[in-house]
Amino acid sequence: MAMLGRTANGVFWMARYLERAENTARLLEAGFRMALTRDLAASQDEWRSVITTVGATQAYEAVHGADYAGDKVWNFLLRDRANPGSVLAMIEGARTNARAVRTALTREVWEAVNESWMALKDALARPVREAVLGDVLAAIRRQMTLVRGAMDGTMLRNEIHNFTRIGTFIERADNTARILDVKYYVLLPSVAWVGSSLDNVQWESVLRSLAGERSYRWLNAGKMDPRGIAQFLILDQRFPRSLAFCIDKLRSNLFGLAHEYGHETGAHELLRGLGTRFHQSSIETILDGGLHEFITEFIACNQQVAQAIEQDYRFYA
Amino acid sequence: MTHSPSSFDEMLTADGTVRAAYAGYREWFDEQDPALLRRKGAEAESFFRRTGITFNVYGDDAGEERLIPFDMVPRIVTASEWRKLSRGIEQRVRALNAFLHDIYHRQEIVRAGRLPQRLIAQNEAFLPQMVGYVPPGGVYTHIVGIDLVRTGPDEFMVLEDNARTPSGVSYMLENRETMMAMFPELFTKVNVRPVQDYPRRLAKSLAACAPGCAGDRPVVAVLTPGIYNSAYFEHAFLADQMGAELVEGSDLRVVDGRVAMRTTRGYTPIDVLYRRVDDEFLDPLSFNPDSVLGVPGIMDIYRAGRITIANAPGTGIADDKAIYSFMPEIVEFYTGEKPLLANVPTWRCSEPDSLAYVLDNLAELVVKEVHGSGGYGMLIGPTSSKKEIEAFAAKLRAKPENYIAQPTLALSTVPILTKAGLAPRHVDLRPFVLVSPQGIDITPGGLTRVALKKGSLVVNSSQGGGTKDSWVLED
Repeated sequence: MAMLGRTANGVFWMARYLERAENTARLLEAGFRMALTRDLAASQDEWRSVITTVGATQAYEAVHGADYAGDKVWNFLLRDRANPGSVLAMIEGARTNARAVRTALTREVWEAVNESWMALKDALARPVREAVLGDVLAAIRRQMTLVRGAMDGTMLRNEIHNFTRIGTFIERADNTARILDVKYYVLLPSVAWVGSSLDNVQWESVLRSLAGERSYRWLNAGKMDPRGIAQFLILDQRFPRSLAFCIDKLRSNLFGLAHEYGHETGAHELLRGLGTRFHQSSIETILDGGLHEFITEFIACNQQVAQAIEQDYRFYA
Repeated sequence: MTHSPSSFDEMLTADGTVRAAYAGYREWFDEQDPALLRRKGAEAESFFRRTGITFNVYGDDAGEERLIPFDMVPRIVTASEWRKLSRGIEQRVRALNAFLHDIYHRQEIVRAGRLPQRLIAQNEAFLPQMVGYVPPGGVYTHIVGIDLVRTGPDEFMVLEDNARTPSGVSYMLENRETMMAMFPELFTKVNVRPVQDYPRRLAKSLAACAPGCAGDRPVVAVLTPGIYNSAYFEHAFLADQMGAELVEGSDLRVVDGRVAMRTTRGYTPIDVLYRRVDDEFLDPLSFNPDSVLGVPGIMDIYRAGRITIANAPGTGIADDKAIYSFMPEIVEFYTGEKPLLANVPTWRCSEPDSLAYVLDNLAELVVKEVHGSGGYGMLIGPTSSKKEIEAFAAKLRAKPENYIAQPTLALSTVPILTKAGLAPRHVDLRPFVLVSPQGIDITPGGLTRVALKKGSLVVNSSQGGGTKDSWVLED
């Protein structure tokens, strides 16, 4: 049966919103740990960088000015109505999309999304105190894991699944890239900081916000090294939040669509270009050419792929 | 209005013995622990929330979703009662379709002097666009809901015909699912006729009405106004169960002389559109020009016989409350038979004698707007204050043709489970009927709506009513 363009759009955005909600929770978790180990001024810097990472500086300062107190930041990112990218808004957006495309979802996926919305709406009904922040963030991650499990366990591996996965990995790639972009200076070998314990904490925080601290330590026998971390987060195809992994998943799902529809589209071509560049890069060439430039270009390309998909598959009338 | 002792209790006779229909159920019920039953009731509610079986209430904040309260005591009809009802319903639905065909063609019933011309000519539900056109398969009302009320052992009456887009069938199905999940053993004890194949029967019935240009497997789509519509859950549910596409107006457009939906691969023609959008919004080129819910140009395609719209546009003329009062004549005129199902006695306020009677007896009557629905804009005399009655009388005098009046019926009662145990509450019943060239198909069951407030006669979900699983017993 043919799939409506609006339905493809719905599952795509449902997946993006869910992914973004989870990523925001991870980012807050890492920021929270960082802030606990710093003095007040430094901890405000940490919280500011969290806001910068999600691209919400303008919206945040419109409400709180330059006051980056922790509880203000996490409540803004979790539940503030003035923040269209809050976790609460993402969950609501995911659930609204799921409801609009219910016929494309299995009962279990729909119920997992709906239950997550019900649980998190409750958890975020009132301002979140520091004492329960950890619990709330864990609940967000747990709910998203539940949805992912329902998708994995019950969805037919067809175009609906492809569009869902594409949404997930477009969003995840964007997120990993943004974290790298805000923290890239930490990863650059610099004279002033090398070897200081602060560096270690910073690196660990970047890894933690991408749920990669254990994997990285396991792979590298606990040795923290900025080049190795950059290589891990950008190029390691085994790590599910690396840019290379996301590209690989985008490629296989776009291939699934081409296979099912019998032809490729402009999105395939764009992604192939991006993939080739990755294939030919080593961490040395990336650092030599400038990490910031590399990331900026990546974010733009990723967005172009997303737009091409929306167009090629008629998401909008 | 208070519960009068003259109401027919469907479970118990006057001396407290259990009627045959409820014998098996009651035996089971008396063995249950009441506290456990109440806990199950709470479970059912959380189940509905979790699965999203909710409806939106107009006038509330967008996105506000509510549950229709579910009562776990079933409403039970015996096999022989159902046989009789089915015959009456089938006759009535046949007459409705014949009436619609006639109204949009020669209007024989008007020529014969059995129906006043003005009821057609001045009726907003009459669509000139339908004149002289025969829908594919000759079917006008593909899906009908007949609202029945009961006042005695053998007295079932039709309160209303829903010939446009009757809703509530998803509750019929989900209520049964819920009952079977909560009390599986009950269904081994009592033999209840299944309703679960309704979506399959609906799909089959709609496919049988496909236009000539359709292939072997007609493409069926359900047209919804979208997620904020009060019945959105039902639209999604039915599309899902039928394996049909759930579309919105923005998904559709006219392409190469067909109505087509925008898919990820381009536009695909639709053969049958089960629309849950009112006539007025169906086609901005033919009706309300501001509508974004419909499809520009769909009426042209329809008139060219290249899509089936279910129900057909213009069927509202048959479920108008003024037309309703003529249903006994309509049934007789088209079937040549006496109506098997009675109407509720109805005064047409457009007639001076009736108006005078109604004005004199407002405190005892129920007065409804001719075009109203959902329990809005009506007066229930016995529960209204003097002031309310006077205000309503003024409206009535100003525009009498806008109203009909009926006696306040002693609706039958079925018990609900309350904290204090079983307690009788007033109910109605809406069976669902499918019409295709292959015949008329009535699902054994329907939606029982129940007024949860003691003594209340208003069963509408928008006014605090609940629902029950409705059982038709096997022979």
